[in-house]
Amino acid sequence: MDLHYTAEEQAFREEVRAFMRDKLPGTIAAKVAAGQRLDKDDMVNWHKALNSRGWLAQHWPEEYGGTGWSPVQRHIFEEEAAAANAPPIIPFGVNMVAPVILRFGTEEQKQYYLPRILNSDDWWCQGYSEPGSGSDLASLKTRAVRDGDDYIVNGQKTWTTLGQFADMIFCLVRTDTTVKQQEGITFLLIDMKTPGITVRPIITLDGEHEVNEVFFEDVRVPVANRVGEEGQGWTCAKYLLTFERTGIAGVGHAKEALRHLKYVAGKQLKNGRPLIEDPLFRARIANVEIDLMALEITNLRVVAAAQNGGVPGPESSMLKIKGTVVRQEITDLLRRALGPYALPFVSEALDAGSGVEPVGPDYGAALAADYFNRRKLSIYGGSNEIQKNIISKMILGL
Amino acid sequence: MDFSLTDEQRMLQDTADRLVREQYTFEERQKLLDSEQGFSAEMWRQYANLGLLGVPFSEASGGFGGGGVELMLISQAFGRGLILEPYLATVVLAGGLLDAAGTEAQKAEYVERIIGGDLIASFAHSEPTSGYALSQVETRAEKQGDGYRLTGRKAVVPHGDSAEWLIVSARISGDTGAEDGIGLFLVDAAAKGVTRRGYPTIDGLRAAEIALDAVEVPGTACLGEPGQGYALIEQAVGRAIVALCAEAVGAMEVACDLTLDYLKQRKQFGVPIGKFQALQHRMVDMRIELEQARSMAILAASSLDAGREERERVLSAAKCLIGKAGRHVAEEAIQLHGGIGMTWEYSLPHYAKRLVMIDHQLGDVDFHLERFSDLMETA
Ligand SMILES: Cc1cc2nc3c(=O)[nH]c(=O)nc-3n(C[C@H](O)[C@H](O)[C@H](O)COP(=O)(O)OP(=O)(O)OC[C@H]3O[C@@H](n4cnc5c(N)ncnc54)[C@H](O)[C@@H]3O)c2cc1C
Repeated sequence: MDLHYTAEEQAFREEVRAFMRDKLPGTIAAKVAAGQRLDKDDMVNWHKALNSRGWLAQHWPEEYGGTGWSPVQRHIFEEEAAAANAPPIIPFGVNMVAPVILRFGTEEQKQYYLPRILNSDDWWCQGYSEPGSGSDLASLKTRAVRDGDDYIVNGQKTWTTLGQFADMIFCLVRTDTTVKQQEGITFLLIDMKTPGITVRPIITLDGEHEVNEVFFEDVRVPVANRVGEEGQGWTCAKYLLTFERTGIAGVGHAKEALRHLKYVAGKQLKNGRPLIEDPLFRARIANVEIDLMALEITNLRVVAAAQNGGVPGPESSMLKIKGTVVRQEITDLLRRALGPYALPFVSEALDAGSGVEPVGPDYGAALAADYFNRRKLSIYGGSNEIQKNIISKMILGL
Repeated sequence: MDFSLTDEQRMLQDTADRLVREQYTFEERQKLLDSEQGFSAEMWRQYANLGLLGVPFSEASGGFGGGGVELMLISQAFGRGLILEPYLATVVLAGGLLDAAGTEAQKAEYVERIIGGDLIASFAHSEPTSGYALSQVETRAEKQGDGYRLTGRKAVVPHGDSAEWLIVSARISGDTGAEDGIGLFLVDAAAKGVTRRGYPTIDGLRAAEIALDAVEVPGTACLGEPGQGYALIEQAVGRAIVALCAEAVGAMEVACDLTLDYLKQRKQFGVPIGKFQALQHRMVDMRIELEQARSMAILAASSLDAGREERERVLSAAKCLIGKAGRHVAEEAIQLHGGIGMTWEYSLPHYAKRLVMIDHQLGDVDFHLERFSDLMETA
């Protein structure tokens, strides 16, 4: 047993760090650091920068343009990217639909979609959830009826993250209502410009537009856009989910958030002294740091165990739960550190270049809103309650 | 011991509850968020007509002489309706200070107008680096002839943007953290040297940053004995803590009701999600937190007449417990709703935001935990 990074791993860290220094645009990093809004171009440009180095597709086989990184390398990358205030990689194309296409798609689908994902030609979004089907995803009702070489799709998807920018949506649709729920589901790739698709924003509690409703009215989708066989959608979905949960612990991001918490607590004053010197608040920070230390090793243990088998199993549910709880705890302490200055909410100040100054310390402008926004972490990607059901069933056998 | 309300108190509760229920719909409230003032002048007028603005004032000041319990009943109703009007700023804080320390002339000039709904006022006390500490006052008051000249900055003043008059705390003598030497001054918000930046707060209310640059006030603008303001501030803040605790209880009641309804309605896996025992226990915990919070709000409301030490100890205990309970209920209510709990359109997350932000007013969990530890009996 040796928990040190090898010389190669250290060298890799230096390489990533140098890349961040050279290729991450300062304007984008500044926005991420201040919690300001990123626009579509920011996110696309970052994908392009990563792709030009061959670092975008971290979960693909090398023959299709993947990095071939070990789990430890991915972990190092995440840490360094977060520390440099790089934007997150938008997962829907590269980390979600691509693995499904690689595993279940036809050669034509691979040849067409994968390069387009690498080159940021298509922005993808995920059409799983419906108003009546969240945790119980298999009950989904969006219908696809075969008509010659097309499917005709009718129904509604919801909570579609960043769907407002999307060129393509991957959907789970119901193609058979006569069989067991899971067996009547099919995986379709749908062009968002197809007639009959309407996207409507859902504004979240922090006033942001990051999710949408997507309506389908007699939308024609070529059968050629089906991934896998008809009725095999649930298998695709479950396969995708395992990818959705790799990196779910978010250790790198949590470490960066913790650093930021210490910075903020070092600036904020309590009775004229830095808040971080206050024993009570300091102990709260210490507590979450200890949790995070353990999570980092748990995360590395889980991914190391999966190194040969590909993707982690139900253990990733533990990472999802603990990762989101730690992250939420940090956002909670960040808003608390601000004291009364958690209250002001000047939305314009979150737009770089608006010229509107935040009220109170400039590091505080986004913190309360972020605390509320991050409530989503324990809801999406399989809620933490559903993760606990998985653990009790799959690991504990209860 | 008797927990029942008097007939008058029950009537007051009915009046406040009915007004909020019938006239303060969530849809109306949401429209107000975009208005310039951020609250309803018309509702303010109705509070005045129904006597709600006069309830906490002593009879000597022209009010109804209501105590902590009356303030609690009104604030709880306001919490249920998530009201946006400046009751805390104008009636409880500024009004409380005027009631306790105002001269006959000052009361005649300001209190009457507050009770009548004709004056919005606020208490400009906390400062950019004061946190929640009440004695941290850096703003200076320099004697000038009969009057004073005020210079400093005030932070996150509730409804400070629409207040026409401000009660400003400023240091006449002593070091920044000293309780002695703090004066209170009535300042016209339009006076020369006052600049304000108003803004919305994340819970939908309004506040302002206020800069005072050599603002000149006459001697008659002093509220109470010069330099003896701290005790008055503590008392007014104590009443405001009662109001905030009760408001939180009102908001928690609604958050619990909405969540319970949702658990019964929302179906997943073919059953209402309230059938899942994992969620039942979570809902039970929320309910327990609510009842604990309600008890502390009642205790706090009843402590206002106690001696200083006892009163402050109970108030800190109440604000600490309610800060924790409020966060718990807010976070759990969102979680048990799933995605719907994250949406602007739906009322629940707005209750959650207010609940969490109540902890950022007049001392959070840690502040009051520490304060309670200092005041706690150790043997
Ligand atoms: C910000 C955000 C972004 C999202 N982005 C996307 C996206 O891009 N694409 C997409 O398809 N979806 C997306 N989602 C949807 C997300 O996956 C769902 O919200 C999630 O699956 C929960 O479903 P629900 O909201 O319908 O809640 P419900 O399933 O109705 O759950 C309500 C509550 O009941 C609990 N519960 C449900 N079943 C059980 C059970 N058996 N045992 C115990 N507790 C249970 C849940 O944990 C939750 O607390 C997003 C959601 C959010 C909030």
